[in-house]
Amino acid sequence: MFDAHPQFLSAEGYTAMNIHEYQAKELMLKYGVATPPGAVAGTAEEAEAVAKSLNTTDLVIKAQIHAGGRGKGTFTNGFKGGVHLCKTAAEAKDLASKMIGQTLVTIQTGEAGKLVSKVLVGQSKEIARELYFAIVLDREAQAPVIIASTRGGMNIEDVAHETPELLLHMRVDPALGLQPYEARKLAEYLDLKGDLLKPACAIFHALYKCFIATDCSLVEINPLVVTKQNEVMALDAKFNFDDNAMFRHPDIMAYRDITEEDPREVEASKFGLSYIGLDGNIACLVNGAGLAMGTMDIIQYAGGRPANFLDVGGGANEQQVTEAFKILVSDKNVKAILVNIFGGIMKCDTIAQGIINAVKAVSLPVPLVVRLEGTNVAAGKKLLQESNLPIIAADDLADAAKKVVAAALGNK
Amino acid sequence: MSILVDKNTRLLVQGITGKAGGFHAKQCAEYGTNVVAGVTPGRGGETWENTVPVFNTSQEAREKTGCNATMIFVPAPGAADAILEAADAGIELIVCITEGIPVIDMMRAKVGLRDKKVRLIGPNCPGIITPGQCKIGIMPGYIHKPGKVGVVSRSGTLTYEAVWQLTSRGLGQSTCIGIGGDPINGTSHTDAVRMFNEDPDTEAIILIGEIGGTGEEEAAAYIKEHVKKPVAAFIAGATAPPGRRMGHAGAIVSGGKGTAEGKIAALEAAGVGIARTPAEMADALIKKMK
Repeated sequence: MFDAHPQFLSAEGYTAMNIHEYQAKELMLKYGVATPPGAVAGTAEEAEAVAKSLNTTDLVIKAQIHAGGRGKGTFTNGFKGGVHLCKTAAEAKDLASKMIGQTLVTIQTGEAGKLVSKVLVGQSKEIARELYFAIVLDREAQAPVIIASTRGGMNIEDVAHETPELLLHMRVDPALGLQPYEARKLAEYLDLKGDLLKPACAIFHALYKCFIATDCSLVEINPLVVTKQNEVMALDAKFNFDDNAMFRHPDIMAYRDITEEDPREVEASKFGLSYIGLDGNIACLVNGAGLAMGTMDIIQYAGGRPANFLDVGGGANEQQVTEAFKILVSDKNVKAILVNIFGGIMKCDTIAQGIINAVKAVSLPVPLVVRLEGTNVAAGKKLLQESNLPIIAADDLADAAKKVVAAALGNK
Repeated sequence: MSILVDKNTRLLVQGITGKAGGFHAKQCAEYGTNVVAGVTPGRGGETWENTVPVFNTSQEAREKTGCNATMIFVPAPGAADAILEAADAGIELIVCITEGIPVIDMMRAKVGLRDKKVRLIGPNCPGIITPGQCKIGIMPGYIHKPGKVGVVSRSGTLTYEAVWQLTSRGLGQSTCIGIGGDPINGTSHTDAVRMFNEDPDTEAIILIGEIGGTGEEEAAAYIKEHVKKPVAAFIAGATAPPGRRMGHAGAIVSGGKGTAEGKIAALEAAGVGIARTPAEMADALIKKMK
C-alpha cells in the first residue's frame, strides 16, 4: 500500500461512457452494494407505483439526465428543481408529471437543457456522515487505486488541493485483488467502526468486484454515507467504462443513451471514425490520432481555430472519407476544411479518390485545402489536379495550415 | 547501429493467417525482415506464402525456428493472451500492433510479464524499424533511411511525419520505435531514450509525445540527468480541450495533469529543443545538432 499519485476522477485514458443514476443503482444492486431502495419510472403512473412499492413516507424524485446540478436546475416549463422530496405516492405522481417530458436546464447542460424522459423514485435517507470512496484504473500505478476520504459530498479535486492529508490512496495488486485486510484498513481510515465495519467492508468488496467484472475505468461513490439509522450506503455513484472492453458487456452497452451524446460524434462512431466537436471554424480530416492533434495545434499556431478533431484511422475507405466530409460540412460554423493525410498503409490515391467522390456527393460550401504525403503521393496529387475541383493543394504541413487559415478568413 | 532489432532478428508473426497479419507480414518480408514463422492456433502445419511454416503455438515456433521477436496481429479480445503466450515461449522482443485491447487485460498481462526477461513494445503501436535492416510493424518502409537519429513516439502517423522530415533533409535513422497510444504499455519514452543514449551509433534523438500521462516528464528527467546527445521533441495536443480523449486511449488531459505545457516545460528544462508545430520536428533537431 502506497501513495500512487492517482489522477483524481480522471478515469485516465478511457472514453467516459456515462450511465444514468438509476442504471448505476441497478448495477450496484446487482453486485450487492448497499444503496437506498428505488427504481426508475418513465411515466407519472409508474412513479406512483414505484413510490407505493417502496412503502415509506421518505421519498425522493430525481430527474434522470447525465448533467449535474439537477437540484438547482429549472425546467423550461417554469417548474423549479430536478430533485424533490415528498411523503406520498400521490405527491410522487404529481412531481413526476411535472418533470417527465420536460426540459431541464442546469449549470452543466447549457442553455438548451436536457429532455427528461425518466425519473428515479427512491427512498430518501437522513444522513449522519458523508464520506468519499472511489476506484480508478491508474496509469502510473498500472493498477486499480482506491481513493478514500472523510470529506464526502465535496468536489474531491478541491479536497486533494486544499487538504491532501485527508485523502488515502491505496494501490490494489491487480493479481491479488482487494484483500480483506485492505478493506478493514479503508474502513478504519473512514472511521467505520463497531457495527459499521462489516457492512462497510462488504460495500468495498462489492464495488471492487463490480469494477473489475464490468471493466470500469472509474467508480466514484460520492457520497458514501452513514445514515441516522446507522447504515452504510452508497448514495450517489458515477461509473465510467473502458470502451475497448464493451464488446464483452452487451448489458452495459444497453445502458448507453445516445440522446445524451453529441449527434455528430454518434454519427461518426457509426462509420468507425473518431470525431470530437470543438468550437472553432476550421474543420480537419486527418489519419492517425497524434497527427490529428498535431494538425489542430498547427492550425492554432497559424492563427486559426480548429472546429473538430477527426481521425479517419489507418485504413479508411472511400465511403468513410465521404461520411467524414458530410459530418464536417454539417457544422455551420465551418469556414474552411483541411485534409491532412500521411499515407502509410493508406494510399494517397485512394484518399484522393475518396475526397473527389465526397466533394461530388456533398456540394462543398467552403474552401478545401488538401495536403497529401506518403505512399502513392504522385498518383494522388494527379487525381486531385485532374478532377478540376476547387481544391487548394498544399506542399507541406506548415503550408497547409497557412493556406487553410487564410481561406477561413477570406470566407467570412 | 541500432537498438533491439537488426538484420539478425528472426521474426514470428502471431496472427499471420489473418488479413492484416498476412498483409503486413508480407510487407515486412519484402522490406528484408527475416520472417521465419507464423502462429495461428489450429492452423499448424500449413505454410504461409509457400515459405513460412505456421505453428499452433509460440512455444513450438520458438523451438523449431529459433525466432527471437514476434509481431502480434491477434484481434483485441485475444491479444493480451498472445503477449503472455509469446513471453512464456521465451521470445525476447514482443511487438503488439493490435489496438483496442481492454485496459484490464493489459494490466493483468503486465503482471504476467513481471518476472520474464522480455521487452514488450505497444500495444496499439506502429512497431519498430531499423532502416535497411529490419521492419517489424505497419510503417511504410520507403520513407526511412539508415542513419544516426533515434525516433521514439506514441503516435504512428506523427512518427512518419518526423521520419519523412529527417529523410527529406538527408538525415537517416538508427531505429524508430512507436511505443503506442494506450495508457498501459510495455516500453516507455524513458526506456527508449535510455536505449538510444546507450547505443553508440545513435547520435541524436527525436521524442514525440502527446497529452496525457507523465511519460514525457519522466523522460525529461532522465534526459536532464543522463543524456548528452542532442534531443528534440514535439508534444501533440496543446490545443486539445481538457477531459476529452483524443483518439488515443492515453491522450487526455485530466485533473490538471498531462498537459502539453507541463511536458514542454519539463523537456525545455532538460535542454531539449522544442518543435512548436509538427512541421518543425526535424528542423528543431538540426538546430540542436549544430
